[in-house]
Amino acid sequence: MSTTQAVTAGAVHRSLQGKRIDLVGYVFSGLLLASLLFTLAILAVLVGDQFQRGLPVLLERGTDLLTSSLSSRPDRAGVIQGLVGTAMLAVMVSVIAFPIGILTAIYLEEYAPANRVTRVIDVNIRNLAGVPSVVYGLLGLAVFVAMFQALGVGNGRNILSGGLTLAVLILPLVIITSAEAIRAVPNSIREAGYGIGASRWQVVRKLVLPSAVPGILTGTVLALSRALGETAPLILAGAVLGSFSTAGGLGNLFGGPYTALPIIVFDWARKPQDEFRALTSAAIIVLLAVTLIANTFAIFLRNRYDRKW
Amino acid sequence: MTVAAPAGSRLQGTPNRRRNEGVIRAILLGASGLSILVSLGIVLSLIFQAFTFVTSIDLGQLFAEGWFPRRGMFSIPTVLVGSLLITLIAIAVAAPVGLASAIYLSEYAGPRTRTVVKPILEILAGIPSVVLGFFALTVINPHFVHAIFTDARGPTILAAGIGVGILTIPLVASVSEDAMRAVPQALREASYGLGARRITTSLRVVVPAGISGIVAALILAVSRAIGETMVVALAAGATAGSLFTLDVLGPGQTLTGAMASLAAGSDQVTGSSSAFLSLFFLGFLLFVITLGLNLLGDAFVRRTRQKY
Repeated sequence: MSTTQAVTAGAVHRSLQGKRIDLVGYVFSGLLLASLLFTLAILAVLVGDQFQRGLPVLLERGTDLLTSSLSSRPDRAGVIQGLVGTAMLAVMVSVIAFPIGILTAIYLEEYAPANRVTRVIDVNIRNLAGVPSVVYGLLGLAVFVAMFQALGVGNGRNILSGGLTLAVLILPLVIITSAEAIRAVPNSIREAGYGIGASRWQVVRKLVLPSAVPGILTGTVLALSRALGETAPLILAGAVLGSFSTAGGLGNLFGGPYTALPIIVFDWARKPQDEFRALTSAAIIVLLAVTLIANTFAIFLRNRYDRKW
Repeated sequence: MTVAAPAGSRLQGTPNRRRNEGVIRAILLGASGLSILVSLGIVLSLIFQAFTFVTSIDLGQLFAEGWFPRRGMFSIPTVLVGSLLITLIAIAVAAPVGLASAIYLSEYAGPRTRTVVKPILEILAGIPSVVLGFFALTVINPHFVHAIFTDARGPTILAAGIGVGILTIPLVASVSEDAMRAVPQALREASYGLGARRITTSLRVVVPAGISGIVAALILAVSRAIGETMVVALAAGATAGSLFTLDVLGPGQTLTGAMASLAAGSDQVTGSSSAFLSLFFLGFLLFVITLGLNLLGDAFVRRTRQKY
């Protein structure tokens, strides 16, 4: 055996045993992990900071903060109008955007012929999903506020305009996620339905939709949570910054001034007083509770019902 | 004497059933048509009012030395450059962190890490932007920007940019991770079979193979950063207006920030004053820029899908 052969064999042997320490590899994977941890750390600092500042206020004021109206005096200001507004917006967005979005998704996935019209609708929806939310606020201002003003519902800057704006904003998101859920239902299920003589709608209604419900639900809840955290479109569509009184009956509730939790956060965050800083954090905790509960619920639903066909 | 109906017409179903199916199809098509209506609404309301704005002012006002809408100074370069600065800072934060997280999740992490970490990233993605704006204003600006750059005064473009960057990390991470996971396993096995290390496989095989998706992620992040409003409105600090500036350690104004502050002082800005109409002009610019970026990003996403 020549020496070169022995040297080569030794090198191969050592290399296969992995004696050489892969320093670059370790550093690289360390950097990757650090990036990921950095992201998680931001989340922790962000939430921790709000609790550190806002929790004392929440504890001191108790439910009083949740049940008081807006006020320019920090010791009296509360978020009840924002809670009511956000709850009403949630109902309006669900009632308007969910049915239209799901029906559109059904059409695109189950009915639409592969022609130019379908392609136009599809591309259009994808682009709508990428339009910045503040632009939807302009749509709300130019179309919905103007419409209600023309109809004589107050000055048009009411919660109906806000709800319609948010509904339109999340419509593309609802359509895209619902369509994905419907697409994931295997064709064999549809074929089984047609095989026993079901009509197209019967197949959709009795077979496809029940299988797609978990996915659709996840998508719609995520979209709703996104809508509830939106601020910019509501500012443009006429939500009130600053305090106002909510007296009067239902007419005033729908036709009068309105606000929402994120709007209150924005308004208080702009105020210079230190008391409002703490109050802002308290309001953020309430807002995060609302949106995070919705988000976590959606993620839970997906993990619970995630089905591999 | 009965004659059996021809098979063809029997397969078409009874007239009743066919009518019902027709009605349902019409309802579904109607719902889909609404999305077209929304697009038309956006485009028309923007174009008309933007056009009214441009004709109502002197074109020189668009190139004044700053953006002060109430004084008739509508400097477009000021807000465009402001948006550009914020976007550059945001991408400088989101691209490395987001891509590194994506590579880790796709190539290094085990399934258990992934099931824990991905939902956390989704929660970060679900945090309302107004909350991040407050965070940028009260934590990032005083504790990081001012601590490192002692000559910074008041709210800074840098803090707002970092805030927007944090907001776009989950987007970069999830879109580029999808792209890398779509790379066929066979390519990785071939690489390991040649004796390549994990770092080599990640950087020389997986990343180049998924490059379309990664580029798409970055383009979408740019589009998202340009359109982000609340972080800028709270943390960039130019509520009344801003002179043209390239200084990221001072306040500045962006396309979206200008819109928010115009609308937030909404009592003064109503009717058909040029300050009010300038909202729609800014919205039109923003719409055109993000539409272009989204179309480009979409084209890249589609390329990844077709490849394998």
